Amino acid sequence: MTSVLNARSLDPAEIEKFSKIAAEWWNPKGKFAVLHVFNPVRLAYIKEQVTARFARDPFVRRPFEGLRFLDIGCGGGLLTEPMARLGADITGVDPSEKNIATARVHAEEQDLAIDYRAATAEDLADAGESFDVILNMEVIEHVTDPKAFVQTCARLLRPNGLIFIATLNRTLKSFGLAIVGAEYILGWLPRGTHQWEKFITPDELEAWLAVSGLKQLDRTGVTYNPFSGEWRRARDMDVNYMLVAQKPGN
Amino acid sequence: MEKADIVIAGAALNGLAAAVALAGPKAIRPLDILVLDQADPTKFARDSFDGRASAITASSRRMLEALGLWDEIRVHAEAMREIIVTDAKPGAQARPALLHFGEEDHGGDASAFMVENRHLYGALLDMARASPAIRLMTNTRITAYRFGPGLARLATDTNEEARASLVVAADGRASPARKAAHIDTYGWSYDQVGIVTTVQHERSHRGRAEEHFLPSGPFAILPLPGNRSSLVWTERSQDAKRIMALDDEAFLAELARRFGGHLGELTVVGPRHAYPLSMQIAQSFVGERLALIGDAAHVIHPIAGLGFNLGLRDVAALAESISEAVKLGLDPGSASVLAAYERWRRFDTVMTAVATDGLTRLFSNDNPGLRAIRGLGLRAAGSVGALKGFFMREAAGETGRLPKLLQGEAV
Repeated sequence: MTSVLNARSLDPAEIEKFSKIAAEWWNPKGKFAVLHVFNPVRLAYIKEQVTARFARDPFVRRPFEGLRFLDIGCGGGLLTEPMARLGADITGVDPSEKNIATARVHAEEQDLAIDYRAATAEDLADAGESFDVILNMEVIEHVTDPKAFVQTCARLLRPNGLIFIATLNRTLKSFGLAIVGAEYILGWLPRGTHQWEKFITPDELEAWLAVSGLKQLDRTGVTYNPFSGEWRRARDMDVNYMLVAQKPGN
Repeated sequence: MEKADIVIAGAALNGLAAAVALAGPKAIRPLDILVLDQADPTKFARDSFDGRASAITASSRRMLEALGLWDEIRVHAEAMREIIVTDAKPGAQARPALLHFGEEDHGGDASAFMVENRHLYGALLDMARASPAIRLMTNTRITAYRFGPGLARLATDTNEEARASLVVAADGRASPARKAAHIDTYGWSYDQVGIVTTVQHERSHRGRAEEHFLPSGPFAILPLPGNRSSLVWTERSQDAKRIMALDDEAFLAELARRFGGHLGELTVVGPRHAYPLSMQIAQSFVGERLALIGDAAHVIHPIAGLGFNLGLRDVAALAESISEAVKLGLDPGSASVLAAYERWRRFDTVMTAVATDGLTRLFSNDNPGLRAIRGLGLRAAGSVGALKGFFMREAAGETGRLPKLLQGEAV
């Protein structure tokens, strides 16, 4: 579980710098506000699915004890830390050294043992690593070759392992809401965060999963309720959706 | 170095209730809780009768039930079956009732119960001590706080250090934790003192609570088990000083003059306490890695007997906000959790404070014009069904969006 470079090996000025960036990541009213609001709905989905498929008691503090997780594109660790608190033995990877240093400093501040690495999914697959659960949340729409990326994830998955993917659908509605609405009107996200052409339809994704030998178990839309200010699971998959797929057992 | 999920500063009633709600045997996901207090709450429990008592509203009772505490408390509780409110000059023979609330106004259920605080301490302490998730460090004063970003750290006068995701300040109206976090308060004092004592009377109170609005402020007679009643007697500061200095016989004479003769001969059976009355609300109920509950967050005028219940509402809302977060693996001391707690409690508290302050200003005045107006106002309240229902539910603590614990559900 020890990483090559942990926060202790950084000099104090660097720690202070990353601690400030971390504070920004974790400010619910700051730059990443939309992720904080979105976090509970995806956390609840992951918890529900993992506890059900691995027959874990959802009422204990650490239901994921003994399971090895990978969080791809972990950023500052918004999703990685809750998994660690729920007992997961978790590795968080992000191509950005700055994100990884930020995530490490924050995990240290929280006394959480998380294996953060500035790496890609391909690096881990080449090193022969394997995981029980892979989280791929709001990442795949930023990847150059999403089909190859799904295949790499399949290689990283242990038999009976689960992969979660959350992303945006390519519809007229998602163009209106996720690009024009979220980036230009509401200012939730910096302009240019998303390229609508790279959004993926649920059917495309299901086909890629099948080619990689993964079986889709469940999928759900996620919609925003402007009155309660909350995200909820819904039938409507026109904009945001998430799914879970499984690698067959031996 | 002690480590806990949550450190609770203060082991008085609200601090212990918070510990039990977050880590007691009925908590769905018990958190690791450390409770620190410079005193030892044992001395307030059971045998040592210190004369203080609390009203337990219907929603507070449901919460105590959900926490598994009510059965033990119930045997020491007196049901308040009837509440009358009068407006009269002291010593007046006739005290016309302006408002009358009975069980028929409340679905046949007692609207509230009176319990001496020692029994509340007793039940809470037993449960806290029995919980493997709660560590109680008494005779330990917190000398320093350092809040955030990832954790709160504190030091004690016993040279202990502790760290936790969150500090819950249940350390009273002067809250050292609130001061350490530089959270200011606003408020004012009323130039009034609440004298609290206990009397025994010849005849049974039959579960009737009385609130007499005397010119100096309300004089409340609250039924305790046996032929005893708890008194909350408000006087202007100068008069209170004089009354508190009286010998037992003269004190009883002053008391009896206000109490009236309807329950027969009176004996003072508990010590006298004097509390300067003030209204104080913290400018924020949360800080980095800090949540304020009870008197640390708000001190309201005791006119409606809501102080302890307001504290329990804080505990219920905080416990639910924390439990929802912990269920998803979120940090219990994070800004999102604290923002949810603050949103939930602040409005309710300010509304209650404004309502009780308004009542105080309306009633603590002997102006005959005002007397006529409040007579009309309260009589109207007594006769208009809907409004009366609202008054009853407010007194029973059932307005606002209720946290699950107050509805009797575990979190």
